[in-house]
Amino acid sequence: MKAAVIVFPGSNCDTDCFHALRDTVKVAVEYVWHKERNLPKVDLVVIPGGFSYGDYLRTGAIARFSPVMESVTKHAGEGRAVIGICNGFQILLEAGLLPGAMLRNKTLEFICRHTWIRTEENLTIFTGKIEVGETLCIPIAHGEGNYYCDEETLKALHDNSQVVFRYASREGKLGDRFNPNGSLDHIAGIVNKKKNVLGMMPHPERASEELLGSSDGSKIWNSILSALG
Amino acid sequence: MRFKAVIHTSLKKSVLDPQGQTTLHALGSMGFKEAKSLRIGKAFELALEAEDREKAESCIHAMCDKLLHNPVIEEYTFELQPLA
Repeated sequence: MKAAVIVFPGSNCDTDCFHALRDTVKVAVEYVWHKERNLPKVDLVVIPGGFSYGDYLRTGAIARFSPVMESVTKHAGEGRAVIGICNGFQILLEAGLLPGAMLRNKTLEFICRHTWIRTEENLTIFTGKIEVGETLCIPIAHGEGNYYCDEETLKALHDNSQVVFRYASREGKLGDRFNPNGSLDHIAGIVNKKKNVLGMMPHPERASEELLGSSDGSKIWNSILSALG
Repeated sequence: MRFKAVIHTSLKKSVLDPQGQTTLHALGSMGFKEAKSLRIGKAFELALEAEDREKAESCIHAMCDKLLHNPVIEEYTFELQPLA
C-alpha cells in the first residue's frame, strides 16, 4: 500500500499522519502540497487535520478549492480510498464528497481530549479489522465537530450503513453525556455511499502507539492496510 | 457599473445556533429582558463591477452558491446599491 498525505497551508497533523503511516503502519507515504494538480499513484489519500486557510469563511471552505482537490475527487470517484481526519473531514464535507456539514461545538469550546467511539460498521476498508460494537479510545481536538445533516440525509446514512463511528462510553453506551460536541445522533465518523471515503473527527494518528496513551487508532490503519494490501 | 453589495449569511431556522443561544442567554442574564431571540450570522461587504443590476445580482447568487454560503446549514440575503 502507498499513501499520500495532502498538505494545505495551515495543516498541522500532516507530520503526525506521515509518522503513523511510515513508522507504525510501515507503508510508503509521501506528502503532496495542495498546489499539485496531480496525485502520485497511491492507494490511500489522507487529508489531515489542522486549520487550513486559518478556518477563514467556514472550516474547509477554501481548502476544497485547492488545485489538488480535483485529483482527490477523481481518486475518490474511481472508488479508491480517502480518509479525512478532523479538518480533513470538514474539507470532505465542503467538497461534497461526504454529506452534511459541521456546526460549532454545542459548548462553544474547543475540545481537546480523549474520547471513546463505538464502531458501527465493519464492512468498510477502514474498519474491517474491528468488531462491530468495539469501542476505541481516540483523541479529538476541534471547535467545530458538531455534525449536522437534514432528516432525510440522516435516514439515508443509516439505511446505507454509512455511520461508522459514534461517540459513546467506554462500554459502548450512547448518551448525551458521552457526546462531546453535540453531534447529531452522536456521529463521529461517516463514509460515502460507496464506502471508500471516510471522514472522522477523532484523530487515529494521535493514538497509533502506546507511547501516545492509546494505540486504538492503529486498528483503523491496520484495517486499511489489510484491505488495500 | 460599480456596485456595493452587503451579503448576509446565517444558519437556517431549522439549524440550532449555539452561539446565538449563548449570546441571547448572556443578554438575558444582564437584565435585557427585551431580547427574545438571537441568531448570529456573517456579513460580507463586496464591491463589484457589472454591466447592470441584473448581472450584478446573478453574479452574487453564483458567488454565494459556490463559496460564500453552505446550503446544507446556511441561507443568505443581500442588498445591492450602485456606487456613484
